[in-house]
Amino acid sequence: MSFQILLNVFLAVIWMFLKNEFNGSTFIIGYVLGLGIMFVFRHFFNDRFYLNRVNAVVLLLLIFARELIFSNVSVLKVVLKPKLDMRPGIFAFETVLTKDWEITILSNLITLTPGTLVVEVSEDNRILYIHAMDIADKDEAVDSIKNTFEKAIMEVSK
Amino acid sequence: MTAIVEFLSALFLLMGVFLFLVSAFGIIRLPDVYTRNHAVSKSSTLGIMFILIGTLLYFYYKHSHFDFRVVLAIIFIFMTSPVAGHLINRSAYHSGVKMWDRSVQDDLKKNQ
Repeated sequence: MSFQILLNVFLAVIWMFLKNEFNGSTFIIGYVLGLGIMFVFRHFFNDRFYLNRVNAVVLLLLIFARELIFSNVSVLKVVLKPKLDMRPGIFAFETVLTKDWEITILSNLITLTPGTLVVEVSEDNRILYIHAMDIADKDEAVDSIKNTFEKAIMEVSK
Repeated sequence: MTAIVEFLSALFLLMGVFLFLVSAFGIIRLPDVYTRNHAVSKSSTLGIMFILIGTLLYFYYKHSHFDFRVVLAIIFIFMTSPVAGHLINRSAYHSGVKMWDRSVQDDLKKNQ
């Protein structure tokens, strides 16, 4: 991936030399043109085209923002409810992710999910202990962690 | 156009302040450290982000001054605040803070 970005910068610099204009906007135009050339030749690289990964990262950031807003709404509901009738608890969640940074991002995402907060990661990095505001929402939370977050993170690291 | 931008930035600031208010209520009302942490780590993150976005909009439109340090602040708060919430919870658990007496499940205790 770093090779592809370097190549793209190189193409942009060549474009600046060809135009004989050395400023930011020419660089950006050259970068976009280089991106087009690299897109045409994407099957000749060993890795996958790096824009796919950039796409996945942007998608992950959007998921982050969405979860942040949803979780605020749910906290709002609990705090402003006249009666405190939730049943908190800690449940274990087994993750399929292995790398350290993946687990970091996953636990950050879980913390931002409505009603859940990571308390502890087990020694072997396989089980996350999650404190839930209301244990009745557990299945829903596990479902969204498995189907949305883990998939989005794997899309980045693949 | 000016009125719209002023209205938008005021709206962002007010929403941020409202979220702060809610998280303050949460600290007072909720029963134990774990549930209180829910209120703080979520509401105040979004609250401070809203306030910073409102500031950014206002100064960008009024004084055409786009301050990248505010963007940096938003990014860093976004990254660090969930980590802080997790660490507070973790250290509370390991120093033996009891959960609320109406808590129903504790898988972590079982596995230790």
